[in-house]
Amino acid sequence: MQHTAKAGAHYGHTTMTFEQLAFYFLASVAVIAAGLVITVRNPVRAAMFLILTFFTVAVIWLLLEAEFLAIVLVLVYVGAVMVLFLFVVMMLDIDTDQLREGFAEYLPIGATVAVIILLQLAIIFSSGPFDLEQMPAPAAAAADYGNTHQLGLLLYTYYVYPFELAAVLLLLAMVAAISLGLRGRSSSKRQDPAQQVRVRKQDRLRVVKMNAEKQD
Amino acid sequence: MMKNAIYAIKSLFLIELWKGLAVTGKHLFQRKITVQYPEEKTPMSFRFRGLHALRRYPNGEERCIACKLCEAVCPALAIKIDSEAREDGSRRTTRYDIDLTKCIYCGFCEEACPVDAIVETREFEYFGESQADLYYTKDMLLAIGDRMEESIASDRKQDAAYR
Amino acid sequence: MPEWILYLLDFLPEWDWLHVLLIALIKVVAIFIPLVMAVAYLPYAERKIIGYMQIRIGPNRVGPRGWLQPIADALKLILKEIIVPTKSNKYLFIMAPLLAIGPAFAVWSVIPFTDTLVLADINAGLLLVLAMTSIGVYGIIIAGWASNSKYAFLSSMRAAAQIVSYELAMGFALVTVLMAAGTLNLREIVLAQSGGLTDWYLWPLFPMFMVYFISGVAETNRAPFDVAEGESEIVGGFSIEYSGMTFAVFFLAEYANMILIAALTSLMFLGGWMSPFGSASDVMILGDGIHWLLLKTSFMLFFFLWFRATFPRYRYDQIMRLGWKVFIPLTIIWIVVMGVAMFLTPWGYLFH
Repeated sequence: MQHTAKAGAHYGHTTMTFEQLAFYFLASVAVIAAGLVITVRNPVRAAMFLILTFFTVAVIWLLLEAEFLAIVLVLVYVGAVMVLFLFVVMMLDIDTDQLREGFAEYLPIGATVAVIILLQLAIIFSSGPFDLEQMPAPAAAAADYGNTHQLGLLLYTYYVYPFELAAVLLLLAMVAAISLGLRGRSSSKRQDPAQQVRVRKQDRLRVVKMNAEKQD
Repeated sequence: MMKNAIYAIKSLFLIELWKGLAVTGKHLFQRKITVQYPEEKTPMSFRFRGLHALRRYPNGEERCIACKLCEAVCPALAIKIDSEAREDGSRRTTRYDIDLTKCIYCGFCEEACPVDAIVETREFEYFGESQADLYYTKDMLLAIGDRMEESIASDRKQDAAYR
Repeated sequence: MPEWILYLLDFLPEWDWLHVLLIALIKVVAIFIPLVMAVAYLPYAERKIIGYMQIRIGPNRVGPRGWLQPIADALKLILKEIIVPTKSNKYLFIMAPLLAIGPAFAVWSVIPFTDTLVLADINAGLLLVLAMTSIGVYGIIIAGWASNSKYAFLSSMRAAAQIVSYELAMGFALVTVLMAAGTLNLREIVLAQSGGLTDWYLWPLFPMFMVYFISGVAETNRAPFDVAEGESEIVGGFSIEYSGMTFAVFFLAEYANMILIAALTSLMFLGGWMSPFGSASDVMILGDGIHWLLLKTSFMLFFFLWFRATFPRYRYDQIMRLGWKVFIPLTIIWIVVMGVAMFLTPWGYLFH
């Protein structure tokens, strides 16, 4: 690993560092994929492009040394949320032509809104707090720096009440969703596997001893 | 109560699953019973019903007298016989075909034959690349009979005791 | 890293990151090739072992005792035509096997083989493992959908629901490991178990070890949880429309995942490369080393095959019940009990 350390020291001399190259590549992939999510015709392929977007964004976060957030993004969004999303999209067989109806009609309004949002963002990002001088690139963290550790420290000390509150809220939502989805159908006949596997031979079978009878 | 406790312990330690694993685990070390087919073969009964053959008498005369009993008894309609009088006045087949793709190897033809002409041999390793290859004519059946006469005769001799 | 490779690298242009990349690439190949060999020979081992358990002798025709069987199988699959069904979604159909095998191999980047032999020794290694194994399900879902076959689709639905469910139990079981070790770094988790047989997490976390391994079997869609394959009802599952190399890639992914689960189990619970006799033993073969990891991984893999030879397939509702109503509550309760025991009772040392 000594070689890597030497390589790090040389970054300043090269015209384009590996990080910059990686960032521009990933950023362009993310933007193109995000565009394809809303333009591609097939909903399943749109979902796949959304996954690609999540993935590239996660790698960009990795470049920012936020490995915990990056991996959790993949774990939660790509690994669980999008799976369920795909589940639904595949089952529904959405008719995309119907969704595209009136595209030209709403285009002027939509374009105006988009331009306004873009302008607002441009104004905000070029103003005071987001200035490059206000926000200098942070110094690279030490090799043993752990994003996970820092996050954990903050979450369980400084933000412990908001964190617990959010957890309780989520638990409540989960309980509510289950109780809404659970319909008590006691009338329906169902099998209880636990009961099934507990059956023993003696419960079902009775061996009767009797004398042989004479046939007439 | 006791029953529940036993059940809880059993399910917690997956006792039943370990029992199952023990059975397969024991079999892992048992002697294997695989027969390595082309090199090893299982013993075969003298009543084995394989490829058909037409037999001859020791003097070279073919046994078949074209009585067509086999054709009549064949449940799969696999046998086709034409017959004619030979110069010496005896009735002989001019055609004796067995379609092996139809044949179900029931052995009825063998049973029906009054002169032990049509027999089924121990031969079972034969093949055809097309359906036509499995259509056996009289010449082919006689050739099989000539080739396998020794084993055919000994099989009949062994079987005779039970008839 | 041999000296001559570093020497060669010095002649390359001044892009130092290229050096880093090349060295990483060489390391990747050094992990990848033995892994592919292992994946190729695992089906052979499976056929042999299951054969032996059924008092047969298994494949023994290709090469001495059948040792060349995997090569023959690979040749056959390479030469076969790849058939793409007419009404399938062609891009996704071809992409699905790649999605299945990509994560299966990617996880190996963070697996430590010994204290020093690890490609990427990152702090969040355990999380990366979880994230990557959760991505593996996409190959199956996409394959089922893109095939435009109802059997494949049913299978992909089954597989997706099953994998997502068991991932939770698996994740929670691993949480107990990281509670005990106090780190997400796989190398440090193993180092925390140094000392010998009695210091492995197998003992204090035994129920979690069982939960993790059984969830791992379910996660890889192996018997007795192989309803996604379900040859008796859905004729072979998500890979039914695949032939030739595309099928082979699914096959490889399944076996690579099996090896991965076995390796992870040995790292998390069986002390990885640590010798069971303690690191004090100075005899060459009995000391710590990669051979112990390989041995433990093979041992766990044997269980995969043993299960397949022993247990009949679970019914689908029973699989779901086991995942949601048994494993997840069990792991959550265990986490709470363990947390309380570690910080509020004098028995905390048991888990360290």
